Amino acid sequence: MTELLIKNGRIVDPANNIDMVGDVLVREGVIRELGKVNGDGREVIDASNLLVVPGLIDMHVHLREPGDEEEETIASGSAAAVAGGFTSVACMPNTEPTIDNEATVDFVYRQADRAGGANVFAVGAITKGRQGKELAEMGQMVRGGAVAFSDDGEGVQSASVMLHALKYAGMFDKVIMQHCQDNALAGGCMNSGYLATVLGLPGISPLAEELMLYRDVQLAKQASARLHIQHITTAGSVEIIRQAKRQGSKVTAEVAPHHLLLTEEGCRSYDPNYKMNPPLRTQKDIEALRQGVADGTIDCLASDHAPHLRSEKELEFLHAPFGIISLDCALGLYVKALIETQTIDWPRLIEMMTINPAGILRIDRGTLSVGARADITIIDPHHSWRVCVDEFKSKSRNCPYDGWELGARAVCTIVNGVVQLQLISHKCGS
Amino acid sequence: MLQKAIEKIDPGVAKIEAGPQETETKHSKRKSEPKFTWCRKHLLGLQDLSREELLHILDTAVGFEEISRRSIKKAPALRGKVMVNLFFEDSTRTRNSFTLAASRLSADVLEFTAKASSVSKGETLRDTARNLEAMGIDIVVIRHSSGGAPHLLSQCIDACVVNAGDGFHEHPTQGLLDIFTIRQLRGDLKGLKVAIVGDITHSRVARSNIWGLHTLGAEVFLVGPATLMPSGVNQLPVSVCHDFDEIIGQMDVLNMLRIQFERIGSPVLPSVREYSRLFGLTVDRMKRAKKDVIVMHPGPINRGLEIDSEVADGPNSTILKQVSNGLAVRMAVLFLVNHAAADKTKRSEATVEMI
Repeated sequence: MTELLIKNGRIVDPANNIDMVGDVLVREGVIRELGKVNGDGREVIDASNLLVVPGLIDMHVHLREPGDEEEETIASGSAAAVAGGFTSVACMPNTEPTIDNEATVDFVYRQADRAGGANVFAVGAITKGRQGKELAEMGQMVRGGAVAFSDDGEGVQSASVMLHALKYAGMFDKVIMQHCQDNALAGGCMNSGYLATVLGLPGISPLAEELMLYRDVQLAKQASARLHIQHITTAGSVEIIRQAKRQGSKVTAEVAPHHLLLTEEGCRSYDPNYKMNPPLRTQKDIEALRQGVADGTIDCLASDHAPHLRSEKELEFLHAPFGIISLDCALGLYVKALIETQTIDWPRLIEMMTINPAGILRIDRGTLSVGARADITIIDPHHSWRVCVDEFKSKSRNCPYDGWELGARAVCTIVNGVVQLQLISHKCGS
Repeated sequence: MLQKAIEKIDPGVAKIEAGPQETETKHSKRKSEPKFTWCRKHLLGLQDLSREELLHILDTAVGFEEISRRSIKKAPALRGKVMVNLFFEDSTRTRNSFTLAASRLSADVLEFTAKASSVSKGETLRDTARNLEAMGIDIVVIRHSSGGAPHLLSQCIDACVVNAGDGFHEHPTQGLLDIFTIRQLRGDLKGLKVAIVGDITHSRVARSNIWGLHTLGAEVFLVGPATLMPSGVNQLPVSVCHDFDEIIGQMDVLNMLRIQFERIGSPVLPSVREYSRLFGLTVDRMKRAKKDVIVMHPGPINRGLEIDSEVADGPNSTILKQVSNGLAVRMAVLFLVNHAAADKTKRSEATVEMI
């Protein structure tokens, strides 16, 4: 019988409103006791001065499998997740072929089982081939284990298709996750405005995001369906969601670390590691996003981990693909953006990385309740370290944070009761 | 030491190298100021150039202009150097102008035509650059559809990089030759009113002109349809105007940009005749302009679209003068960047010797 005791940590479990110093006992992959637990004869992790939190969940990653295994695999991606303190990730369906049917969903789960890293949850495509035309077989995919639907990388352009998708997914109580971008106003490679004009690069207007977001909020209301907005980037988007929530819409939203930390100024060097979709915006947008995090308008933090080959990211800015990776270091980035700036406190940060995404995806994770699966992350909130992309578990290196100093790090990641990452002392009981 | 040795072998080098500087002292009003040293080995755009740097290129070009009037149009300044024309976009004029400029300075020229690197997994610009470098190239003249491609190139090779137009970003030698032409006719640019007319959004020529003209004290007016003004245009150091007739009478220079035919009939431009009526430089409209207004066009011109034939071929037009000035300006640019690179090499060699 395998037992693991985590001693003397600051236990933060927002789902149960717990923030206390105590112990967590794990047996057979399940949380058995919380509070004061006798350590005699047990395997013990000393978590003094550390945070013990439900396993972190990243609801927006690209694992590139099937199809682009040279960039990332489910194995390498789930290892990167573990290294970053994530016990669960939800992978997007923009693979080759698209994850738009039960067999491909099933393939994701089989590969994740073989990899044995973090839990991987499959997000299915909303439309066949992510073409925005015909609904994909959502019912079949739900049977295969799909937790949500998204055409991520593309917004569903047709309002009619989107309305049907919202209604249809609602039958299964699955959420539609939208990459809000009206292609007619996008088509560029960075934020539109003065800087894009000076750099001579075509722009992506904030309106491309905001118009589709506004449209979808209305459609979701009409369909009485849940809607999740992926990686929002603009002050205008924050305001639209704030108003929608005020009026009782079932809309939720996530924000990515790069949109909380980097601005379009990064594009000045023409370094494609600052090219992402949606694009980096301005300092004013960062302030609004942080405010949205603080007041609850934004529900989740999600990395949009998007691996690309070095050779592709060495192309000219216009031709290089969109996206950067950050699974390995996302936690430290959120802490830099939100805790070090005193925007929110630790319990709120953990809530946005655990119970909130779990609730949206309807997955049985994100809490330390007795009887819950033992997905646990132990965080050192005062661990200074330097990001070194060459040490990432991810297969790709397209990361603008290389060399950054961060102030917090996951030091132990426990998935289903198994310790997968261990940077702290671990001893057998006396 | 090296310099002296060359002088002994070939006095022509020294003569040419001294040529532009002599001219500079002749024209310069600031004789007492310390001598300006050009130290950029790349020319990527005009935005970052100081007034002194811009004037130095223009003054140097004055010296080179004379070579084109000689019976033997050749100087040895770049003898033994290799320049490559690395063109990822179609071009005839700019490419020919660079080729001719290089050969007048006795450089060897390699023509390299490549497809725009949209094939993401094929040979990248970096690979191409490294290949060229392995062949011992000294100067790369690059034209590319992506803004910033010359920057990328300058970061991955040691050779000098000269931007011959990148996306909508800059076309610095075109900007320089336009300014050179104005300066030739008017002397100082300070206070001159220059209208740039047409598709500003997609124009690298407009951007290079804006930066150069602004730095040299001219007042820039952008004229064109609202659909072809880039976002954030009001933050540029310019005035924006959508009514050509309202401002034409005050302008000293009219620089008419080429309208790309693919824009016609797209959501931005309804028709040729509408554009021509609103923004074309017609014979009628010319009557409202100053008598001595300078009419420019970067070419190739669409006769009857952005400019009427009578105007393009008329007495105010400097279109052909621009072409010959382009040669002098490009010679100056090639000469200066190569010189800066040579200086840097010399300095680093000196450092090595000291160690």
